[in-house]
Amino acid sequence: MALDSKIPNGPISEKWTNHKNNIKLVSPANKRQIDVIVVGTGLAGGSASATLAELGYNVKAFCFQDSPRRAHSIAAQGGINAAKNYQGDGDSVYRLFYDTVKGGDYRSREANVYRLAEVSANIIDQCVAQGVPFARDYGGLLDNRSFGGVLVSRTFYAKGQTGQQLLLGAYSAMNRQIARGKIKMYNRHEMMDIVLVDGKARGIITRNLINGKIERHSAHAVVIASGGYGNLFYLSTNAMGSNVSASWKIHKKGAFFANPCFTQIHPTCIPVSGDHQSKLTLMSESLRNDGRIWVPKSKSDAIAIREGRLKPTELSEDQRDYYLERRYPAFGNLVPRDVASRAAKERCDAGYGVNKTGEAVFLDFASAIVRYGKEKALLKGLDQSDDNIVGKLGKEVIKSKYGNLFQMYEKIVDQNPYETPMMIYPAVHYTMGGVWVDYNLMTTIPGCFAIGEANFSDHGANRLGASALMQGLADGYFVLPYTIGDYLAEDIRTGQISTETKEFEDAEKSVKEKIKFLIQNKGTKSVDYFHKKLGKIIWNKCGMSRNEKGLKEAIKEIQSLREDFYKNISVPGTSDSFNESLAKATRVSDFLELGELFAKDALERTESCGGHFREESQSKEGEALRDDKNFTFVSAWESNGSPSNSILHKEILNYENIELKTRSYK
Amino acid sequence: MRLKLKIWRQKNSQEKGEMVSYNIEDISPDMSFLEMMDVLNEQLTLKGVDPVAFDHDCREGICGSCSMFINGEAHGPDRLVTTCQLHMRKFKDGDTIYIEPFRANTFPVIKDLVVDRSAFDRIQHAGGYISINTSGNTQDANAIPIEKNSADKAFDAATCIGCGACVATCKNSSAMLFVSAKVSQFSLLPQGKVEANERVLNMVKQMDEEGFGNCTNTGACEVECPKGISLENIARMNRDFIKAKISK
Repeated sequence: MALDSKIPNGPISEKWTNHKNNIKLVSPANKRQIDVIVVGTGLAGGSASATLAELGYNVKAFCFQDSPRRAHSIAAQGGINAAKNYQGDGDSVYRLFYDTVKGGDYRSREANVYRLAEVSANIIDQCVAQGVPFARDYGGLLDNRSFGGVLVSRTFYAKGQTGQQLLLGAYSAMNRQIARGKIKMYNRHEMMDIVLVDGKARGIITRNLINGKIERHSAHAVVIASGGYGNLFYLSTNAMGSNVSASWKIHKKGAFFANPCFTQIHPTCIPVSGDHQSKLTLMSESLRNDGRIWVPKSKSDAIAIREGRLKPTELSEDQRDYYLERRYPAFGNLVPRDVASRAAKERCDAGYGVNKTGEAVFLDFASAIVRYGKEKALLKGLDQSDDNIVGKLGKEVIKSKYGNLFQMYEKIVDQNPYETPMMIYPAVHYTMGGVWVDYNLMTTIPGCFAIGEANFSDHGANRLGASALMQGLADGYFVLPYTIGDYLAEDIRTGQISTETKEFEDAEKSVKEKIKFLIQNKGTKSVDYFHKKLGKIIWNKCGMSRNEKGLKEAIKEIQSLREDFYKNISVPGTSDSFNESLAKATRVSDFLELGELFAKDALERTESCGGHFREESQSKEGEALRDDKNFTFVSAWESNGSPSNSILHKEILNYENIELKTRSYK
Repeated sequence: MRLKLKIWRQKNSQEKGEMVSYNIEDISPDMSFLEMMDVLNEQLTLKGVDPVAFDHDCREGICGSCSMFINGEAHGPDRLVTTCQLHMRKFKDGDTIYIEPFRANTFPVIKDLVVDRSAFDRIQHAGGYISINTSGNTQDANAIPIEKNSADKAFDAATCIGCGACVATCKNSSAMLFVSAKVSQFSLLPQGKVEANERVLNMVKQMDEEGFGNCTNTGACEVECPKGISLENIARMNRDFIKAKISK
């Protein structure tokens, strides 16, 4: 099967407008006859559900949480990008497009990224109209801040909880449609499989997580908005329930899975404290606006700090190595995430780590506190040379900007970050890879769409900060509602889809069999045992840097872990009750398959690009070395029995508007 | 650390529940409370006992899923945190810890520590939104300047995570803090003023129909709220409500 990305013809700045003018429409009367299923209610799923319902479709929305408002988009902290150029610092649609393609290390699709940049400004207008309380300046206008990998301030924010405020906006739009009866909401429901009829997506099988009931739901199209698969690593900044299952189920029924190995390891997370750790907590990238990252210059100081004999505040400026500022003078602490993460790993691997485990670096706000304090003192006519006054005023400014993040840090680590530098280390945060989609966001299964983090389309091999929220809302509010009409226009005479067919029966049967197996196996090992073990394999051998030997070992180890799982898994409780172990077991069984494809994809791609760093492919200075001649393509994997037999399809990426260059932040 | 846990176990919404004791050892003070629960559950699972069911998801204090009543306090003894951010260093070796679900008639128990908070969703269906289409044809975001003070207050109200600690804490199981935060978030902004009267009437009506109790201004909800939502919101909603009633 040949991949057709369906990119419209014409100049890049006119593609989306022309496409919208030429795609088919569904009349309001016909929309009332058409059902759409949306799985997931984060920014992408929530905004899509609300907009599709508003257009007149009958939407059935599903989430595994007890309320759509709890989807993990809620935890996004830093902000959302938009090419508004409110700051007059030279921003434009083209620059946002350019930064995103460059940030993604030239492995994303130009046309999709341009469209994203184009609709970005609409998102802010939309959210403000919905009552999202973005940060404002004293004149009452919207405020912006700067994020990694760019030289303009285009990030809109709501303190350190932009995700929650945007999601509450999408959720409120959903509430309006739920009240009108246009969205039927299914909370605490998990999608167990997709149902195809005549090759088209026509419904899903779900499990009610309260009573275990297996249910059939039909629709004319199915939209997957179930997020990314960072929990493959066990430890990540994803929510405990985040999983790949919806994406994996459609993959097994024919949807290609693209670039699975493209994972984002976020540089500023709270370090692991011990084996009991269940998840990792992010400290927003926005902190790098004001925080400076460093380790001691001498190894003996690093060891003294690790052993508690020396305090970081006792080191003078010239005893510190601000390694990002040293290596990347142009972008300094605001280099993109992949670059910052690798640099932290490099220092820690070399023996300069600063916590007990040797896997942490400092993020220091002392100089920002002085800078802001002096500014404030001048404004208030106070003595700028008085350290006490300056410190107090400076801390107030930092508190107003990052208060909740500092509080969160203090609660978890039990140290006061206003007085001593934070300790941070990279952690898995986001997956750029995902279900392959064409320009219309449709997967290789007709009628099955994937939006938000679940798809692969916009971020290439590395995502820039504050772009995930942008993509989720762009897909849901402004892209899918148009493109889905082009597909559904063929369905206006189909009528209601029956669930009393062989296809639904078969799908339901196989779901029930799998659950029965898990409950009846009565092995000796818990789900968490397997999940932790899988996570360790992936983190150690497919993490921040990868090599051929390690990847080959990982594939073998995952295969045998999977065998072990089916022999020895033990799931307590019953299938007809609230049973979290059972829900986890079904999710982990899918991670055990994805993990292998992930390693296989990383093995195939012998170049380094973005978050994918192959040790065999690096420059003398240790920077990632791309191989444009052989790898300017998207790896789209077709399922074929087991992950090891998956078939690789290549979507060649054509760069017509941006010249491929070595990405440099020096 | 070595601890004694007394945990509410209840099979499902129909059956009666009871407190069950468990002993647990080797707990590190750096663990979060839920990580301590993970350790317990792993032990129960390996013994073939049904693990303790509890709601949790983001484990960074923002999704509002976790909902435990610990030693008689919603989200436990620490202030301004949810259960997932409560750490074991707040307890002492040898402590006995009582763990119960958020209790209220309007939050029926689903299993063990998991409760049904869908009443909160229904209150928001009744008016927790601004009736604006998501067509993207709205005016420029900077067309209406908003005074920083109002914007900040709206933001403070909007930080509510909908966990239900206020209801679980209130002796009357009142949802006034939650509803008033949701009402204020919109009524403080010019965009939300257009429908303000209708919104407050509809949301309060739904709150009453769900069976939440009355507010007697005790203020316990504010103390236990993990996001520090202020009682000021309740005063504002009462004012808005009366104004809306009169102008009707």
